[in-house]
Formats: sequence, structure tokens, C-alpha cells
Amino acid sequence: MSGAAWPEAALWLLAALPVVTGTLLCLAGRRVDALAAATSLVVATATFGLALVVAVERPSVSRPFMLASSLGLGVDGLAAITVVTVTAVALLVLAVAARQPGEAGAAPARFHGLMLLFLAAVVITVTATTLPTLLLAWEVMGATSYALIGFVWRDGARVTAGRTAFLTTRAADLGLYAAVAAALAGGAGLGLADLAAAAPGWRDVVAGGVLVAALGKAAQLPFSVWLSAAMQGPSPVSALLHSATMVAMGGYLLLRTAGLLAATGWAATAAAWIGALTALALGVVALAQRDLKQLLAASTAAQLGFVVLAAGVDAIAAGTAQLVAHASTKALLFLGAGLWLDALGTRSLAALTGAARRWRLLGLTMTVGAIALAGAAPLSLWATKDAVLTAVREVSPALYAVGLAAAALSAAYAGKVLVLVLRTIPAGAEDAYDDERPGTRRVDRLAQAPLVLLAAGAAALGVLALPPLAGSVQELVGGVAVPVDGAGLAVSAVLAVVVLGLVAWLVRGHRLPEPSWAGRWLGLATATRVVVVQPVYALAAGLARFDDSVLDAAVEATARGGLRMALRAARIDAVVDGGVGAVARGARRLGDLARRPQTGQLHDYYLVVAGGLAAAALVVLVTR
Amino acid sequence: MLSLVVLLPVAAAASLALARWLSDAVARRVWLAVAIAELVLVAALWAGFDAPKPGRLAYEEQVAWIPGIGSSYHVGLDGLSLPLVALTAVVFAACAAYALREQRRPRAQAALFLSLQTTCLGLFTAQDLILFFLWFDLSIVGMYFAIAGWGHGDAARSALKFFLYTFLGSLALLLGFIGLYVAAAPHTFDMVELTRNPPLAGRPVAAGLVLGAILLGLAVKTPTVPFHTWLPPAHTDAPAIGSAVLAGILLKMGTYGFVRIGMPMLPGAWRAWAWVVVAVGIVSILYGALVALAQNDLKRMIAYTSVNHMGYVVLGVGTAGLVARSDAEARTVAVSGAVTQMVSHGLITGALFLLAGVLHERAGTYDLDSYGGLAGPAPRFAMLLAVGAFASLGLPGFSGFIAELQVFAGSIAVAPVTAVALLGILVTAALFLRALQHLLVGATRGSSVGFTDLRAAEVWAVGPLLLLSLVIGLAPRTLLDVIEPAARTVVELVGR
Repeated sequence: MSGAAWPEAALWLLAALPVVTGTLLCLAGRRVDALAAATSLVVATATFGLALVVAVERPSVSRPFMLASSLGLGVDGLAAITVVTVTAVALLVLAVAARQPGEAGAAPARFHGLMLLFLAAVVITVTATTLPTLLLAWEVMGATSYALIGFVWRDGARVTAGRTAFLTTRAADLGLYAAVAAALAGGAGLGLADLAAAAPGWRDVVAGGVLVAALGKAAQLPFSVWLSAAMQGPSPVSALLHSATMVAMGGYLLLRTAGLLAATGWAATAAAWIGALTALALGVVALAQRDLKQLLAASTAAQLGFVVLAAGVDAIAAGTAQLVAHASTKALLFLGAGLWLDALGTRSLAALTGAARRWRLLGLTMTVGAIALAGAAPLSLWATKDAVLTAVREVSPALYAVGLAAAALSAAYAGKVLVLVLRTIPAGAEDAYDDERPGTRRVDRLAQAPLVLLAAGAAALGVLALPPLAGSVQELVGGVAVPVDGAGLAVSAVLAVVVLGLVAWLVRGHRLPEPSWAGRWLGLATATRVVVVQPVYALAAGLARFDDSVLDAAVEATARGGLRMALRAARIDAVVDGGVGAVARGARRLGDLARRPQTGQLHDYYLVVAGGLAAAALVVLVTR
Repeated sequence: MLSLVVLLPVAAAASLALARWLSDAVARRVWLAVAIAELVLVAALWAGFDAPKPGRLAYEEQVAWIPGIGSSYHVGLDGLSLPLVALTAVVFAACAAYALREQRRPRAQAALFLSLQTTCLGLFTAQDLILFFLWFDLSIVGMYFAIAGWGHGDAARSALKFFLYTFLGSLALLLGFIGLYVAAAPHTFDMVELTRNPPLAGRPVAAGLVLGAILLGLAVKTPTVPFHTWLPPAHTDAPAIGSAVLAGILLKMGTYGFVRIGMPMLPGAWRAWAWVVVAVGIVSILYGALVALAQNDLKRMIAYTSVNHMGYVVLGVGTAGLVARSDAEARTVAVSGAVTQMVSHGLITGALFLLAGVLHERAGTYDLDSYGGLAGPAPRFAMLLAVGAFASLGLPGFSGFIAELQVFAGSIAVAPVTAVALLGILVTAALFLRALQHLLVGATRGSSVGFTDLRAAEVWAVGPLLLLSLVIGLAPRTLLDVIEPAARTVVELVGR
């Protein structure tokens, strides 16, 4: 370990600090509930500070681990931008949770401990330089997300949702296990930067494995539906996990390995198409939702579709900008949805009609967030999404068309939220509240402060994809240089405005289409249950029966057979023994007979001797 | 020194057995003290361990025993045996701590388990086949008494089934050993000699038959599918510490036999049969996991996950025989993973069985459906069980990940078709989360009501096992630096 230089120490500390504090908070549990929020804020602030340090200093550290590879952390341009983003969002989310914890308030130590553990896993994922390091953090991220989604464990359904999330993402993670094996066999080493140099064939396996794992975490098709279930988690959890971090890590991994994907020839194309189609399909799903959190969840998958799409066409800078802008926007929207849920007891869009007018600042920030999500100029996602689309247009017109349609859809679903929450509060709105749980009817003033910062990000982070910053970002993260396309930006801006207007008109007339197949998330949950879960359980039950009634029964039958053989042998034994007894009895009888002549009378013996001599004489006579 | 480590527990056991006047409380403490002393001694062994050159041993001792048949008291350690010796000391110490609350004949139990510890240490240090076999069979006898004497439910029957099945397996093993002896020139049971000059080199059929007998014996003990059906009833009816030792240590005697006897002494036959071993490994992984998924009895479930986990070991050692297909590096990784898995499984499954024992001790049942919401009355139990479950499902950060990733990486690199075994870790995840869901979450109901949380002794028994698993998971070099050279040697021996 090269602990001498302080930037290296800062990088170790960046990973270790949240791990250690998180673990201690979880272990101490109830006893430190009162200290938990403050501790967590201090640690999150320190983590953010350390992230800034390593983003500037770009250290890299490693120590021996396994598979002739190291436990390696390092910060390059892409990691620098991302690590600052995730730690900043984490800090703001934890700040809101500290002021207005909602459901998380039931066990603050456990909540903050798990959040810090999760944050550590994310930070390590971002800075990992080798596949084993990445896989380590990647799966711990999934496990902590299970515990966080199922945080309210008295409600079994929520733990089930966590289980769905963990099992779905772990199914995809098997790709990373295969990738490790293929990288080992491919001979170029397990460093993330070396993967593209693996032997062809093995390289395809590595790329395919990485792609599948990333699609799982990023909730891309066909894995998207775990994100819907995950919405049962507390709102701060959704704000951190399902906006800036866990799902975003799927997109991030593909940005990091874009060179590997491109090297195979097919993986990059596959990523681009899956990303574009997810953006489109989940855009429709989002539009059909009637629950704010569900809508936001579907939109997360759709927006990350643009990141995946960017990775597929090597537009790393555009993808990074999209990732960052989306993180800020979506964390804001999830936090706001959470504050409304706490205050009004509902997440139903219909019930939230006019909600933006209740608490001025919260309403304002949510409005900014929704406009940014719509891709309206000049807010952030307008510029970042357009940068992705510009790069895509160079590659494939068909892909571009799909992407443009997906962009229009994002304007539509964001517009749906915007129009509803901005309306005047209808009479009898109170009656529609509290369908989830009793609301508090109050929003903490300080809890809204982080939302203001996030709203500023949602508004302004588009500069990452616009001149003059776009060039610097491109230099920082690599990938193809995408020229800024004024016409494209104009098209995007007009498109967003037109769609927003159309949606406003449709919503007013209650004519906004909400197809039920899209409302049910394309039936993905049912399909997973019917195609995967039920058959596996049936197979398991069948094998268990086979184990008991065939395998074990065979063993028992063999044992019983042995016993039967023994009994049979015992019977034969009895026969033999009877024979022996009979022989003995016969011998005794002969003995008795032999004793009979022994009378002790001399004349009897003479008679025997005479008889014997006569018999001998007879024999001599006959044989002569 | 090494003999002292091996024989100290049985000496203590003899004293305990004779000291009829000793109170139960003292007997329990004596056991714990001896177990901790063993721990210290083994730590000293580890600290002074200098990886021996291939074909050599550390801490070697040899005394003539039965010279007429070329058998001697020959013990020693290398990178394969040292981790298992250490595991033995750790698991038995955890059991001694757990048994501090034992009410049923604690003096006899302490004596029995101390003797059992000697049989385990003896087996892992043995360098002579007769010695190996002696400890192998004595461990079966000891475990029979542990189950029959301190078990519950249908303990007598389960113990008998365990005894007869594994004893029968040991006879196959003995047959194989005799085959090795007869074929060796000069005749010997010395394991170092047999490794140096493997017998039956030019006689594939005879070597195959001998290996078949040995594999059969070891497969019963490990156990692999289809020879595993003694395991679930034995675990279900065994006392908690009996299960912990059975799963944690005794199963390793089977897998240890693969790397210590089967691979180095019959390399040609091992290569010839490697695909069979690989197939048995994969079937055990998938079959064990799926059958475990369908169980409603926590102990049966964990028992079947042992079949799954031992499947990874079998897959790893089988891969080592696929010489023609690969470079030695990948095969070394697979074998290193297999040995790591032996240690990892001992720690994690030992902890899980002790926790399962708490369920029975408090509420008299292992039935998952009888519980619900246990996290309410028993938060410490819930946390340790959750940690143990995640460790067992191979979560990175714990030892199981280090083991399984190596097995997967090595075996898939050698034979891509083995990637199908990856599904095992998915099913394992599903079954553990299902068990956690049944036991821990939701409203507190059924047997969970009034459930007493873990007591200090129980925390001190389970916690260190999981902590060690965590340490290995995050800083595996201490362990891997011992295992890897030995794994490389085994791979070279198989490649001869």
C-alpha cells in the first residue's frame, strides 16, 4: 500500500470512511439512534470533500487481492465527475432524510448505516480499476439495496420487493462472474482498462457479461421491472438508489467499458439498441402511470436508456453529462415526491393535483425538476439528451428516430406530472389524500434546502454538454467528439414545447392515453413469474420429491434389502444348524446302538468274537 | 509440536472422562479452555509456517508404527492441510463457547467433542493412509455418539443411518487404499511416498478401479449427489454443535481426500475421470440448490446448501484434471478456490447451524412457517442470521465469494460449459432470502412470540465465525498465500 502520499490516503479513506461508519451504525443499532443522522451527515460531507480531493488529484491505489489481480481504486476523468456527483447527491439526500426522515425515522441508525454502506459500495464501484473490485462493490450495492428497499420489514411485501430487486440484478450479475472467468482465460488481465485487449472469443464473453450486468442494474429491458417493485422502499432510498447511484451505475459501467463494447463489433450496437428501445418503451410505461413514484421509476429506466445508448455509440461525454444531469433532476423529483407523500399521505397523481401550490418552495423546485425532465430548453436534460442524439444521428438514422421518439415521450410524461401538480387545488382535494398512510400536512422548511441545490443542478448542468464546457468534458472522459449541433438543439427544444402543449391539452380533456399494458410495466412482472419463477419452484419441488421418494428411498430399500438378506441368511443358517443338530443326533443314536452290545457279559463278547471270526473266514473264502 | 496440537484434546477428553467428581460448570469451562489453547497453538503453527517446497512438509514428524506393512505415524502440514487444521480449531472453539449452556451431560459431551477434535486434527495432519483411515473412521464413531446421545427427534435412527452410510463409504476408501498399497513398489501406505512415486502409472484400468473406490468413499463423505441422502436427516436430528462440526469439519474430510489422495496419487486416472468429477460437481451445485429451495425446515435447507457448496469444491478439483484443455494457471485458480471453499463453508455453515440450533433450543422447531417477524423480539439473532445468509449466498466481502469466484473463474476458463454452475449462486440467493423472509420479517407470530434473543455465549460462538469469513472476504491474501502454492503443486502433480 502506498499510504505515504496523501491523495492516495484520501482515496482509501473515501472508500473506508462510509464502510466503517456504516457498519458501526448498523451494529450499534438502537443505542445510537439519536446520533445517527448527525454522524451520517458528517461522514457524507467528509466523503464529498474527499471526492473533490481525489477528483482533482486523480490518485490510484491497489493492494493484492485475488486471481493475480488487485483490489484497485483509481480516479480518471470519468470517475472524477461521477464520484463527485454521487457523493453530492448522497449528501443532499441524507440531509433531507435527516430533517424529514418519514418511514426511515423508525430506526435512524439502521437507515443511515445502510445508506452509508450503500454509498461506500457506489464509491468503490465508480473508482474500481479491476473486475474483482468492481464485482465486489457491485454486488454489495445490490445487497444493501435489498435491505434498504425492505427497510420497513414489518411489511413483508416490501421485503419481497427488495428480494425481487436483488434477485433480478443478481441474475444479471452472473454476467460479471462469467466476464471475470473470460478475462482470466483471455490473457489480458483483469484490469478494466485491459479488457478490450482480451483474446477474441473470450473478449466477446467479457463484453457480453459486462453488458448483461449493466443492463440489469440500469433497469434496462428486459430487467426493468425490479425498479417498479423497488418503489416500495422509503423515498430517500429511491432518491439515492434509483436516480443517481445504483441504476446509474449500470449506465456508468457501460460508459467505462465503451471501448470493450466497441472492440467486439456487436456489443456496442446491442447496447445502443437496447438503450434506445428501453427509452422508448419505458417512456410509454411512464406516461401510463397514475402513481408519481412509479412514473418516476419508469422514467429513470427510460432516461438511463439514453446513457446506455450513448455508451453504445461511444459518445462518452454526452452520456456522462446525461448521467449527471439526470442524477440531479431525478433525485430532486424523488425527494419532492417523498415530501409530498409524507405530508399528504399519497403518491397518486390524481390526488396530487395542485400539490405544487401547497408549499411554495417545494412546488417551485418540483416544477423546475419536471421541466428539466421534459427536456425543455434551456434546462439540463435538453442539452445532454440532445448531445446523445447528435452522436447517434452520425451512426444510424433508425436509432436516431427511436431516440427522438423517446425524447418526445419524456416531454409527455414529465408534462403529465407538471400539468397536474401545477393546477389549482381542486375542491375536496383533502378527501383524496392519505390513501397510502396518514400524512403530516407539513413540510420541514430546512428539508427543502437541498432540493433547491438539486433544482439548480437540474436547471444548469446542461452546460456540461454545451460549449465551452462540452469540449473539456470530452477531453476528460474520452470517446468520440460530438460537434454541437445548433439545429438539433432547436429541434429538441421545439419538440419538447410542442409535446408539453399537446399533453396539457390532452390532460385537460382527460384524453391522455394510459394504455393498461404499459401501466402494468409491459407485463414484465407476470412474464418473469410465469417464465422463470414458477418453473424454478416447480422444478425445485419436483427434485425435492425425487430426492425423498427415489434417491433416499433407494438407499433405505437397499438397507432393508440387506436386512432381508440377513434374515434369509439367518434362515439358511437355521437349516444348516438343524443339519448339524441332526448329524449330532444321528451320531448319538449310533453311539447308543454301539453301546448296546457292550453288556459287560463275557459270553456276549465271545459271541461277537466268534461272529467276527466267521465273517473274516467268509471274506477270506470269498476273495480267494 | 504438531502431535501435541493433535493429541492435546484427546488427552483432555480422557481426563474429563475419568474425573467423575468434576462439576458440570467446570467441565464446560475446561473444554472451552482447551479449545482456546488449541486455537493459540494453531495460531502459533500458522505464524511459524513457512510454505514447504513441493513434496515436503512443515512440522513433519515420523515414528515407526507398523513397519511390517510400511505404515508409520507420519504427520506434517502443507498449504492444503494448515487452513483445515486452523478451521478445525476455530469451529471447535465456537462449539465449546456455544455449549457453555448445555444442560445434558456436559462432561461427557465435552469429552466426546474433544476426542472428535483430535480425530479431525489427526486426519488433516496424517501423512499415512492407515493413520488417515483410522481418524476417518473414528470421526464417524464420534459423530454417531454426538447425534445419538445429544440429538433430538428421530436421533437414533438418523445417527444409525449416518453411521452405516458413511462407514460403508469408508470401506470403499479402505479398498482403494489397499489397492494403492499393493500397487506401490515397495509396498507402502506412506502418503508422501505414494505422492512422489504414484503407483499404477502405466495401468489405466487398475488405476481407474482404485480411484473409483476412493472416489466412492470420498463422495459419500463429502457428500455429492447421489450419495447425499444421509446428510439431511443427520443434520435435522443432530444437536447444534454436532451439525456445526459435521458440516464444518467432517464434510471437509471428503473434499480434502480429493486434493490429498485422489489427485496426487492417481494423476492419470484423475485426468481420465475428470469429466465425471466435473459433472458430479455441477449436478451437486444445481441439484443441491434447487432441492434446498423446496425445503421448509431450516436445517434441512442448510444441509442441502452444503451439497451445493461442496459441489463447487468438486467442480474445482475436477477442473484440475482437464489438463489438455488449458494452461496450469486457470487450473490452479480452480483448485485454490476449492480449498478456499472448504474453509469458507466451514465458517459460514458452522455459524448457520449454530443459529439454527438457537431456533430449536427456544421454540423446538426448525419449521420456517412456524415463525415470522423474528427480527422484532430477536434483533441480534436476525442480524447474525442475515449476515450468515448473505455470506452463504456468496456475497462479495465474505469468504464464500473469494472461494466461488475462483472456482468459477478457473473452471469456466478451462471448460466454458461449466458456466451453467453460475445458476447455483442465483438459486442460493433465492433460497436464503426466502428463508429470511419466512423467519424474520412481517408481524411477529407463532413460535416467534416471546423468543429470547441471542445470549452472550451464542453471540461469541457465532460472531467470530462470521467475522473471520468477512476478514477472509476483504483481505484474502493471508489465506491465499498459504493455499495458492499448495494448489499449484497439486495441479503440477495431476499434470504429471
